[in-house]
Amino acid sequence: MTQAAPLLSIQNIEVIYDHVILVLKGVSLDVPAGGIVAILGANGAGKSTTLKSISNLLQSERGDVTKGDIRFRGERINGLSPSELVVKGVIQVMEGRHCFPHLTVEENLLAGAYTRTDGAAAIATDIELVYRYFPRLKERRESLTGYISGGEQQMCAIGRALMARPKLILLDEPSMGLAPQLVEEIFEIVKRLNREEGVSFLLAEQNTTMALKYATYGYILENGRVVMDGDAATLRENEDVKEFYLGLSAGGRKSYRDTKHYRRRKRWLA
Amino acid sequence: MSQAAWRNISIGVSGFIVLGLGALVIANPGKIFFSWTFFFEVLIGGLLAGTLYSLVALGFVLIFKASGVFNFAQGAMTLFAALSLVRLIEITNSILLSMALTVVIMMALAYVIERLVLRPLVNQDVIIMFMATIGMTFLIDGFGQLVWGSDVYPLNLGIPQDPFEVQGVLLNQFDLVAGAVAALLVAVLAVFFQKTRIGRALRAVADDNQAALSVGIPLRHIWFIVWTVSGLVALVAGIMWGTKSGVQFSLALIALKALPVLILGGLTSIPGAIIGGLIVGAGEKLAEVFIGPLFGGAIENWFAYVLALLFLLFRPQGLFGEKIIERV
Ligand SMILES: Nc1ncnc2c1ncn2[C@@H]1O[C@H](COP(=O)(O)OP(=O)(O)OP(=O)(O)O)[C@@H](O)[C@H]1O
Ligand SMILES: [Mg+2]
Repeated sequence: MTQAAPLLSIQNIEVIYDHVILVLKGVSLDVPAGGIVAILGANGAGKSTTLKSISNLLQSERGDVTKGDIRFRGERINGLSPSELVVKGVIQVMEGRHCFPHLTVEENLLAGAYTRTDGAAAIATDIELVYRYFPRLKERRESLTGYISGGEQQMCAIGRALMARPKLILLDEPSMGLAPQLVEEIFEIVKRLNREEGVSFLLAEQNTTMALKYATYGYILENGRVVMDGDAATLRENEDVKEFYLGLSAGGRKSYRDTKHYRRRKRWLA
Repeated sequence: MSQAAWRNISIGVSGFIVLGLGALVIANPGKIFFSWTFFFEVLIGGLLAGTLYSLVALGFVLIFKASGVFNFAQGAMTLFAALSLVRLIEITNSILLSMALTVVIMMALAYVIERLVLRPLVNQDVIIMFMATIGMTFLIDGFGQLVWGSDVYPLNLGIPQDPFEVQGVLLNQFDLVAGAVAALLVAVLAVFFQKTRIGRALRAVADDNQAALSVGIPLRHIWFIVWTVSGLVALVAGIMWGTKSGVQFSLALIALKALPVLILGGLTSIPGAIIGGLIVGAGEKLAEVFIGPLFGGAIENWFAYVLALLFLLFRPQGLFGEKIIERV
């Protein structure tokens, strides 16, 4: 990472659901401008919660950020409404895609441009841009998104987010329920969007292999805490990550001592 | 009990009802007067009266689609809108000015409801929202009568009410106007929902409000808009009913007539509300005239509910209840 101020910076946030359920216990992370950063972790680790606390979709699930700072381009954005955040350039693509099923693909894209005020012509141009990245969506433009395939829905959800002209997309489990080839295709497009359109990504993934292949940096979350972080390349090579998240291990079964080493490390990092 | 068993029972019950009615008709040939002209007269009168039910049901559907709230206060809103209009006409002596003021009042009502009821209760169970609208019903009724009075006020906007004849079928001009107004309103709403940015956002919210929130559609604005729109639909319904039978407390009760319409048409379907209204309107008039005498009359009041009950047994999602798209 460079020394320049990060695009997004989270300092030590704590999140409580329903006033009692403490889910994030002091998470800090940075997304540099132009970066693709991955949040990795098992079910229930708090990946989605982290993303929702940034986009403030938490609000409508009776969750609260009770401590810490969330800064976007240096400005504190805690407590802004999702629509204010979208206007500022932060948008979330929710886990499970969530297209509007009774709207067509094109209507979904248009709905994504709801917050824009730069006129119909600019919006039409961007629809074509989205179709250039996702040619399949163009073929399906008149179909109701309730009836298109899961992969197409994921593309539609990402395309819809692009329509808001975001600077940062919070992408929650894009690989969920998709065939490996399709996951690869979608990650390729994410990478191109990052490079060609200058959109930064913070993505939550359980598919560690894929995420570390495309991300520049990664954070590993466990029980609402960051237990490890580093450059994607470093994480890929890390023995613990290999064993616990990539499902590989160098020399057959690991001994108990190695597991202990991991625990120790975890405690220390937490 | 299994679903199949329920189905058999309900088929049995309705078969029994149909047979019974048939027997009654055959056994009492003298009591019922039938001619095709007369039949059409009753049918058309019923259909046109039915458009008024459609209008009330439409208000329910709009709100239910956008916010998942079953708005029990729709009838109270209808009464309130009509009352405001009638009394404002008395005060200002201008129909146009009073209309404009009433529109503003309905917008203010929508704003207050969003601010004081919907916003604090967001994400609560549907049953809690429903209870809240029951509370609102009493508040709006009470407030309306406190401010505007509780007499019967005749409403005359100059809509002609004379009967006339086409090919021997007697029709009422007012019913035709009501039908035309309802058709126009539905056309306007259809264009609004299909073609405008706000309309698209309303449909998006109706589909998936979390996702709508995530793309930056502010739910509060949308709720305000949709309650305003259904307030305006209530105003149109109130004008029509008020012209027909005077503006009075019983207007609030037509909401109860909208329930069978909703069950027939499906809670989420605008065409369903329209067609449900027509079926109920025509059905109850035909039943009253041609079957009523066998029961000693007055079946108009409960016919719609029997119809609704049969629908609940056979097709609980209504005729046009939105298809639930299952695949993910
Ligand atoms: N609305 C909610 N109310 C209460 N608890 C919640 C809520 N949403 C999430 N949680 C809890 O917070 C924890 C973290 O959930 P979160 O959805 O952030 O996990 P995740 O890392 O995204 O998991 P997954 O990989 O399964 O999506 C879980 O224990 C979950 O039960
Ligand atoms: Mg998740």
